[in-house]
Amino acid sequence: MAMLSFEKKYRVRGGTLIGGDLFDFWVGPFYVGFFGLTTVFFAFLGTALIFYGTSQAGVFNPWTINIAPPNLEYGLGLAPLMKGGLWQVITICAIGAFGSWALREVEISRKLGMGLHVPFAFSFAILAYVTLVVIRPLLLGAWGHGFPYGILSHLDWVSNVGYQYLHFHYNPAHMIAVSLFFTNALALALHGSLILSATNPAPGQPVKTPEHEDTFFRDTIGYSIGTLGIHRLGLFLALGAVFFSAVCIVISGPFWTRGWPEWWNWWLNMPIWS
Amino acid sequence: MKTTQQLALLLVLLASAMLTGCWERPPVDMVQHGYRGTGMAQVYNPRTLAKHQDLNKMPVALPAAPADGPKAKDIYKNVQVLGDLSVAQFTRHMASITQWVAPQQGCVYCHNPANFADDGKYTKVVARRMIQMTQNINGNWKQHVAETGVTCYTCHRGYPLPQDQNGQAAYWFSDGGPKHTAGMLGWKNGQNEPAYSVAMASLPKDPFTPFLLGAENIRVQGTTALPTGNTQTTKAAEWTYGLMNHMSSSLGVNCSYCHNTRAFAQWPQSSPQRVTAWYGIRMVRSLNNEYLASLKETFPDHRLGPTGDAPKAFCVTCHKGAYKPLYGQSMLKDFPELATPTTDGKPIAPKIAEEKVAAAAP
Repeated sequence: MAMLSFEKKYRVRGGTLIGGDLFDFWVGPFYVGFFGLTTVFFAFLGTALIFYGTSQAGVFNPWTINIAPPNLEYGLGLAPLMKGGLWQVITICAIGAFGSWALREVEISRKLGMGLHVPFAFSFAILAYVTLVVIRPLLLGAWGHGFPYGILSHLDWVSNVGYQYLHFHYNPAHMIAVSLFFTNALALALHGSLILSATNPAPGQPVKTPEHEDTFFRDTIGYSIGTLGIHRLGLFLALGAVFFSAVCIVISGPFWTRGWPEWWNWWLNMPIWS
Repeated sequence: MKTTQQLALLLVLLASAMLTGCWERPPVDMVQHGYRGTGMAQVYNPRTLAKHQDLNKMPVALPAAPADGPKAKDIYKNVQVLGDLSVAQFTRHMASITQWVAPQQGCVYCHNPANFADDGKYTKVVARRMIQMTQNINGNWKQHVAETGVTCYTCHRGYPLPQDQNGQAAYWFSDGGPKHTAGMLGWKNGQNEPAYSVAMASLPKDPFTPFLLGAENIRVQGTTALPTGNTQTTKAAEWTYGLMNHMSSSLGVNCSYCHNTRAFAQWPQSSPQRVTAWYGIRMVRSLNNEYLASLKETFPDHRLGPTGDAPKAFCVTCHKGAYKPLYGQSMLKDFPELATPTTDGKPIAPKIAEEKVAAAAP
């Protein structure tokens, strides 16, 4: 397979976290590494177990596949395989695969001599998942509080868990997370449209420079965050959104058991007017 | 430190002090209420439940009285209910009502001490109507109250005016608030006035006039994925959401106690409790119309609402934050005289048209 011009810089030995140069090689365009192997192992095992579980349930419609966590009665113990035990093993596989992938990103970053921004950002997604299936179940005292693995079934879980608190839009962390998600989408739309405009000028015109880009936003909204700044802002908005998503679910149950509207009574009870 | 920094620090400290007061903590109790992984579960704080234990303790019933001897209606004057009880039973019942409803005020809360047969006090006339209502509930609404039944204590719990678990009034009046907000905002619909009646949401605080007095359609969801002629409005949906929030906070349960929220309207996906609740809505609507609203003329002005209506019942009137009033303990078994609608041996014709209920059933 042909090598891209910049891949020479990437395909250097060293920078591994574990295993020395034992797995320090490429298969075609793909770097392997120790954590590449563990990723493949966990991902294959987890996926195979999902196929096994759904075959035992006789469900072969991808939309309705459902690998559900155990009943709450099993608490933080192990459940029989077909009564939530599969979910527990698949959860271990998923965390193993996601964690391995993040560490593989660290190794590649080290080879490239760049910062750890990519694995740092990905670890927020892993944090959100671990919050849902490990931290919150631990705080509530049962693995059964994790969400089921299935395209439709996990959405049904989200719906019911939201309605456990009567009106989830009153969850303060949910409010912050939603605001950050929307702002993130807005920033990406503004940035994407700007880049597409600058790099696709009218026929016969040269491609525009960041000077033009900055000037466009200075003219329209009075401020341009700049070429580097927009990426910092995007990272902040995206990670903030994911972080507060994790917060909004971990406080629901362990730290608040009633309807979320009632939480705002602290505002009504402020000594200023109550 | 600069003054601004000190001010900022003070603000942060104040804010965090306020916020720490409004959180709960693990461990919490979760009760699974559906298939594993569906997220159908009830969430309880055991420390809050412990505080509610006293509220749900059943009072010790007075020892049963002998049924022999002359009947109350033959000895006392103006006995329009419970007249077939023996004098001893009747006296026991009156003593029980005092214990349940007016323990502080005693017999004179309803009776003229100079003449117990006198109907001069409005409370006596209301109490008589309430006894008839209790008998009607126990005799005709078993779909909701089962054999557990209700007594005066179910609502009153030692207070002449029923209170809920938060010390708020456990009865409601039609919203007398301004129909319009200031300026051009239009109909306020009782919204954005956080009220316990709708679990402190900004939903209309009085969804009871349309649903528990009137018979508006609670079902607002369309039955098809795309709009095919469902004419329900956003305002109607907010009423429905308000009523549902009231039911949840009244019973100390969340939406998933009755509904699998992936399909609120679907009966096959709902829990059996939804059927009990469905009858409960019809029961309260019937009681408000047949018994409570009509007491408007009996009550003095200071007991009426802002629009001059009589106090009416809703879910929290009996439930007081418990999924079953008194956690399902039956007081009725000690007071069989409240079990069936009778007046001097003549059954009161049930005013709820059974066929109407059956026709409206899902």
